[in-house]
Amino acid sequence: MDILQTLKLAFRGIIDNKLRSFLTMLGIIIGVTSVIALVSIGQGTTSKVTEQIQSMGSNLLTVNIMGRGANTTLSYDQAMEFSSSPYISGVAPIISENVTVKHGNKNSQVQLQGVNADLLTVRNYSMSEGRFFTPVDVSMRQKVAVLGSQIASDLFGFVDPVGQEIKIKGYNFKVIGILKTSSSMMGSTDEQVFIPITVAERILQTRGVRTIYIQAASKDAVSPAMSEISSKLDKIYRVNSEDENYAYRIFDQSAMLDTINETSKTLTMMLGGIAAISLLVGGIGIMNIMLVSVTERTREIGIRKALGARKRDVLNQFLIESLVLSSTGGIIGVAVGYFLSWGLGRVLNMSTKTTLPVVLIAFSFSLLVGVFFGIYPANKASNLKPIDALRYE
Amino acid sequence: MVINLENIYKIYKMGDTEVHALDDVTLKIEEGEFVAIVGPSGSGKSTLMNILGCLDTPTSGKYEFEGRDVSKLNDNELAAIRNLRIGFVFQNFNLLPKLTALENVELPLMYAGKSTAFRINRAKEMLKAVGLSERLHHKPSELSGGQQQRVAIARALSADPPIILADEPTGNLDTRSGHEIMEILKALNKNGKTIILITHDLNIARQAQRNVHIRDGKIVKDEKVGS
Repeated sequence: MDILQTLKLAFRGIIDNKLRSFLTMLGIIIGVTSVIALVSIGQGTTSKVTEQIQSMGSNLLTVNIMGRGANTTLSYDQAMEFSSSPYISGVAPIISENVTVKHGNKNSQVQLQGVNADLLTVRNYSMSEGRFFTPVDVSMRQKVAVLGSQIASDLFGFVDPVGQEIKIKGYNFKVIGILKTSSSMMGSTDEQVFIPITVAERILQTRGVRTIYIQAASKDAVSPAMSEISSKLDKIYRVNSEDENYAYRIFDQSAMLDTINETSKTLTMMLGGIAAISLLVGGIGIMNIMLVSVTERTREIGIRKALGARKRDVLNQFLIESLVLSSTGGIIGVAVGYFLSWGLGRVLNMSTKTTLPVVLIAFSFSLLVGVFFGIYPANKASNLKPIDALRYE
Repeated sequence: MVINLENIYKIYKMGDTEVHALDDVTLKIEEGEFVAIVGPSGSGKSTLMNILGCLDTPTSGKYEFEGRDVSKLNDNELAAIRNLRIGFVFQNFNLLPKLTALENVELPLMYAGKSTAFRINRAKEMLKAVGLSERLHHKPSELSGGQQQRVAIARALSADPPIILADEPTGNLDTRSGHEIMEILKALNKNGKTIILITHDLNIARQAQRNVHIRDGKIVKDEKVGS
């Protein structure tokens, strides 16, 4: 039996029965399309969320100090003690307050952040112009400032701010750099102004930090770093047990990332699974039409058998027809699904990500459906007795 | 001996009654014979033809085809006999309506596993032999009855089987087309093919060399006729 000839005949059959073939394939088309579109949306969302969390800094731990009794903050020096740990590669304590920043006759309400030189790497920020603080700036209490991108353009317009002066709480600060615009789940830096933490302590007349960003040395170092931090803080605030700990909170970014990834993977699987059910329904449609086709073509089967077709030949013929139906549907479904995810991304501004494995899985699933639901009708056709098939009117 | 039937019975059950479509038929056909099996409708001649063509199996009795006991052959061996040893010509042509004349003639060769080039050459040759070189790419519905039957003969001959089984080949044709078909069958017989012709028409049957008369499932007369 010639496979090519059979394929040719199967395609001709589809073209001869355009409407019927299309309706039969529609189930598969919808199934494959929805699998691809839904999984693309799921994967797009996952990767966007992951990207956002990772943009906050890698292996980031955020320590919030609530304190206990009168002792509500941590001093800068106490905070910097954490950096001696081998599990910790960067410590960035923050003092922050809302202030008014002036340049010439323009002024702007901003969040002033007193920070050290580590912040840039710990929070994974990058500069668009100039430089960030050096440890010397911090220790020598230099009156220098780094601006968020929005503030820089609010105050300076088209003038290059680097080298210019701004006024904060009556002190003059020299602008040394501009941060690249960034937005993440933990807020944007665009409307923030950064100054050395030592300077901030003085002009804000505060001596303690409430927030510390800590970068663990590696992914594996995250949990030892966490236990080290909590044992130190437990001592400072005399916390006896986890249950009574209202003095501080440690927030682990990688744990959140894992949870979110896990959740969104489950969601993606669920979406794909629901869509796969429609593929199954499409398969039943194929089986239905193949059974009708076997009945309609009983006489043809009889003629073929009289001319020497073996069971296997008839089986192959009907299986190939079912496969051609499902794979044509699958190919159309892949195209429509790909286009749909792309369109959703463009028009509705959703983040979609169509990956090759998803396309391959959806397409091979459609083939599988074709074989699975084609076997019964094909088997029925091949088992017809030649004389019964020939007599059929 | 090409065909050897011994005490063949074919019994159908219709409710409570049994119908003996074939009742103790014994028949031998030698290579190169031109045999007409003659009988009125309902005489069992079509049943006999189906059994001879390995399309149906007898209820009891022994059928040897070219020396092999047919009841002991499996499905694939029977398919091979239908493919390579027997060429069928039916009363209603039984061409596949969606295939062209050429593709219809190719079918037996396809099941015989021949290459595309061989199939097309051979099919063209066969259609030329029956005078249809101009109609290769016509569908059966675009051909006259006589032309369709000639395509069917070309198809029966394409795998070069030694035996042609023709079931009322002229039954649906006008006299002239019927005459043409009979001339083709006679010529084939002259070239060495064994022809088994089933008919109810004595005028057609007389053109064969031997007439086997069948009535109510029994052979009532087996005679040589001069052609």
